[in-house]
Amino acid sequence: MTVPYAEALQEFEPVIGLETHVELGTASKMFCGCDTTFGADPNTHTCPVCLGLPGALPVVNEKAIESTIRIGLALHCDIATWCRFARKNYFYPDMPKNFQTSQYDEPLCTDGYLDVLVQGESIRIPIERVHLEEDTGKSLHVGGSTGRIHGASHSLVDYNRAGIPLVEIVTKPITGTGAMPAEVAKAYVTELRDVLRGLGVSDVKMEQGSLRCDVNVSLNRPGQEWGTRSETKNVNSLRSVERAVRSEVERQAARLRGGERIVQETRHFHEDTGLSTSGRSKEEATDYRYFPEPDLVPIAPDPAWVAALKDALPEAPSIRRRKLTDELGLSSQDSEAMVNAGVLDVVLETVAAGASPADARNWWLGHIAQAANAQGVDAVDLPITAQQVARVIGLVGEGTLNAGLARQVVDGVLAGEGDPDEVVSTRGLGIVSDEVALSKAVAEAIAADPDAADKVRSGKVAAAGALVGAVMKATKGQADAQTVRRLVLEQLGA
Amino acid sequence: MSDLTRLGAAALAEAIAAKDVSAVEVTQAHLDRIAKVDGQVHAFLHVDAEGALAQARRVDDGSVTGPLAGVPLALKDVLCQEGIPTTVGSRILEGWRPPYDATVTARLKHAGVVILGKTNMDEFAMGSSTEHSAYGPSHNPWDLERVPGGSGGGSSAALASFQAPLAIGTDTGGSIRQPAALTGTVGVKPTYGGVSRYGLVAFSSSLDQAGPCARSVMDAALLHEVIAGHDPRDSTSINAPVPPVVEAAKNRDLKGLRVAVVRELQGEGYEPGVQQRFEEAVDILKELGATVTEVSCPHFDYALAAYYLIAPAEASSNLARFDSVRYGLRVGDDGERSLEEVMALTRAKGFGAEVKRRIILGTYALSSGYYDAYYGQAQKVRTLITQDFSAAFAHADVLVAPTCPTVAFRLGAKLDDPLAMYRQDVANIPSNLYGGPAMSVPAGLSEGLPVGLQVMAPTMRDDLLYQVGAAFEAALPAAVPPLEWES
Amino acid sequence: MPEISSAEVAHLARLARLALDESELQSLAGELDVILGAVARIAEVTDATDVKPTSHAVPLENVTRPDVVTPSLDRDAVLAGAPAAEDGRFRVPQILVEE
Repeated sequence: MTVPYAEALQEFEPVIGLETHVELGTASKMFCGCDTTFGADPNTHTCPVCLGLPGALPVVNEKAIESTIRIGLALHCDIATWCRFARKNYFYPDMPKNFQTSQYDEPLCTDGYLDVLVQGESIRIPIERVHLEEDTGKSLHVGGSTGRIHGASHSLVDYNRAGIPLVEIVTKPITGTGAMPAEVAKAYVTELRDVLRGLGVSDVKMEQGSLRCDVNVSLNRPGQEWGTRSETKNVNSLRSVERAVRSEVERQAARLRGGERIVQETRHFHEDTGLSTSGRSKEEATDYRYFPEPDLVPIAPDPAWVAALKDALPEAPSIRRRKLTDELGLSSQDSEAMVNAGVLDVVLETVAAGASPADARNWWLGHIAQAANAQGVDAVDLPITAQQVARVIGLVGEGTLNAGLARQVVDGVLAGEGDPDEVVSTRGLGIVSDEVALSKAVAEAIAADPDAADKVRSGKVAAAGALVGAVMKATKGQADAQTVRRLVLEQLGA
Repeated sequence: MSDLTRLGAAALAEAIAAKDVSAVEVTQAHLDRIAKVDGQVHAFLHVDAEGALAQARRVDDGSVTGPLAGVPLALKDVLCQEGIPTTVGSRILEGWRPPYDATVTARLKHAGVVILGKTNMDEFAMGSSTEHSAYGPSHNPWDLERVPGGSGGGSSAALASFQAPLAIGTDTGGSIRQPAALTGTVGVKPTYGGVSRYGLVAFSSSLDQAGPCARSVMDAALLHEVIAGHDPRDSTSINAPVPPVVEAAKNRDLKGLRVAVVRELQGEGYEPGVQQRFEEAVDILKELGATVTEVSCPHFDYALAAYYLIAPAEASSNLARFDSVRYGLRVGDDGERSLEEVMALTRAKGFGAEVKRRIILGTYALSSGYYDAYYGQAQKVRTLITQDFSAAFAHADVLVAPTCPTVAFRLGAKLDDPLAMYRQDVANIPSNLYGGPAMSVPAGLSEGLPVGLQVMAPTMRDDLLYQVGAAFEAALPAAVPPLEWES
Repeated sequence: MPEISSAEVAHLARLARLALDESELQSLAGELDVILGAVARIAEVTDATDVKPTSHAVPLENVTRPDVVTPSLDRDAVLAGAPAAEDGRFRVPQILVEE
């Protein structure tokens, strides 16, 4: 049972919170020198430290500290002058030590904010803290039908990912989102992703897990206390962030209307349905027994160093955007649309690779966005790069492709057939400009459609369209339409 | 050459370097000794004859050199040695062979020391008698019916029965010093951070420290200099030069040295014989030229309580990794049970009673609602104890106390009374909490059993221990165990 | 004087993943009572209120390492001690609680 989103938000006030985990792009792990490169054979990037072997000890990666501080600075946080790591104790097979080395009451960064634009309105998202911890290994659940735990007969664990530095960014409860909590949540994560990418601290690929979101939602009637919140995990794309908030608002509103209470729980989001299912109950909160990590010593960032890092921060994406929007002559609606779709950077890269701003924008917000929607992913997560898109645009400009063929080439690249030039040659998609061959096709079309031919001969030039269409069809779109039209008119003496 | 196993490390090193005897001969002599007597002492859990002889050969052919090259050593089974079974005295790691060497192990190998094998210990270093070893207790060479102390009873028993001239122990709450006292040998807990903990299976991270054990102060000093020093793999490792302990052991001049007796660490609760040997030891220090005063360290009375909150708390977290997943014991995996059940069964089966006691105690001390009163409060008391030491060291160079309130007790005597067992370390624990170095050196006998004198120094002043210990040892040579049980 | 029930011990045992039977729970509760009685005197130290807790004996700070890749263990060595392995991974029985 659900209450439609808009309706729910007329009756209830939402409070949302977002916890984002970012895998840092350091070369080595948080506490050991193992390689962090994604996709290696299982358990080939492990050592006594990240395996939690008896006797192993952690040593902090200095780059991870630097990156975390830079993230905090970019989010306008206070940077701790002295802080420690803490042990978060609980048992889980993908955690080699059965405690996570994290930060508890002494995080590296606190009290910041991030301004985001939602439908033209600027909203300030308050940030509670940014702290540093380590990632867990990965389990494969075998034997069940869904690949998830339920119904699996056993699990297989790979510790390559265990120990990769993870930055946790937690917002304060976000109030005042009115009718747009889902949109605000998505805008925040999108903007955050751009900030992180701009800092160069992570490749922030949600589909690879280097950016993960947990979404917290509660509803209350106006004037009343905040409601019980639920936490939704496994939110793996920008679209999912929006859908997760939306679905929780709808679900909770229905329950509250029906007089039922909201259970404080962890829910699991499903990409395919856009809905979440109930997971762990948080009623009996796990006692993590935090205590300061005795194997590590405090971190006291030198204020002069922090000041230097602050000075060296790149321009905030919002500022960069405004500049570029002005420079490139893109409207601010375009800009917001690109940001919402998460494609601003890649559009700019496409322009840098030689395309015009309009062309770049049209492709990324047009055909590619459609492909992304069809596959249920974000456009930047598709297997096509800015350089490849620029090349396709260039091929159209050169006259090798027309719009229709260009779309086929892009589809080919997305299907993994290679670079644009390879796709063109493998699929034989180049525009046929050989006039002799085209003339033949034109003659055949004229012969096959005498009515249209007569109309053209008698001065109804518009009827040539049907003949051009027939030739395009016969050449599988690989003719240049202008040339075909000229040949048709020539052959019909019009 | 007369019985090689009766020689000390310095003498053996010299003889080997001078090629009066080969390292292989020395190693073989000790392996033979182990074969002869260890059935009764049970100091060793694993003897690596092959590895030891191979190392001895490397010394003999000159490919490995150093001041202790060719000298045999017994390694407490809490330190990882690559490819060699490391059990930590527990069933949960039965048969586990580490894929890496602890830093201490690597330094020993690099220095040409011959590791004979791994010695017995209380499980996970939790104990004061070695009776909590899952593999059976070790026996005190002074009287086989008595305990050698713990947790490092195996190492000390190996020394006292001449199975090795050197040993490595670890000391978290007295586990090097108390066995040294009970077996009439020398044992040193270095300044915390002075010796790398990388590869030392953790019991209580903020207290654990590996240290040298030997039959003489100089031998311990030589070993100290091999194993100590900064290790970038251990974030708590001190980045400063190793205190000049060998030099200090040569300088036995105590004239003008200020020694203070700790009021709280003597008298009531200490056996009369132990108290008497201690007072005699203090007199000897006076005769050697030291000025002796008394100092009060009032918070030392709370050291035991603080320790038995901090150590189990850290241990409960350190031992969580033993969960049947990546190494060690796995129990109950019958295809029906869940992982959670298998973990719980494995840990129940693999851990002994004392370990379970401390895990539960530690979990309690850290749990929500109790943290401030227990763990939090204990760490504050720790600060007060540190302040007591600092205040004491403002007027004294070293502090002294008996190492242990009793002499070696009979096997089984304290098993039903955990608190009585814990009180064995009442004099040792303060320096673990403070992080300062401390040594036990033989100080005569009481009722025919060894008594130890404990010397404590400020952090980074390990050299003072050796200076005092060597001078004292020269004035009162250590008694030699009669070893009547040897056939 | 703290009194620990066997129910409380059972809760702690669950947190610590120790499968203890009823008799063990009872005897542990008794032992813990005795030990806690002894360590609880820590509360008597009233001059501890204004004191900072010590979590490190050594006054070290900022110990870090450069972000450089160093060799990992050979996978064979990694899996050598594994109670069960499959396809280069550690094999565990079915997990009940989702993380």
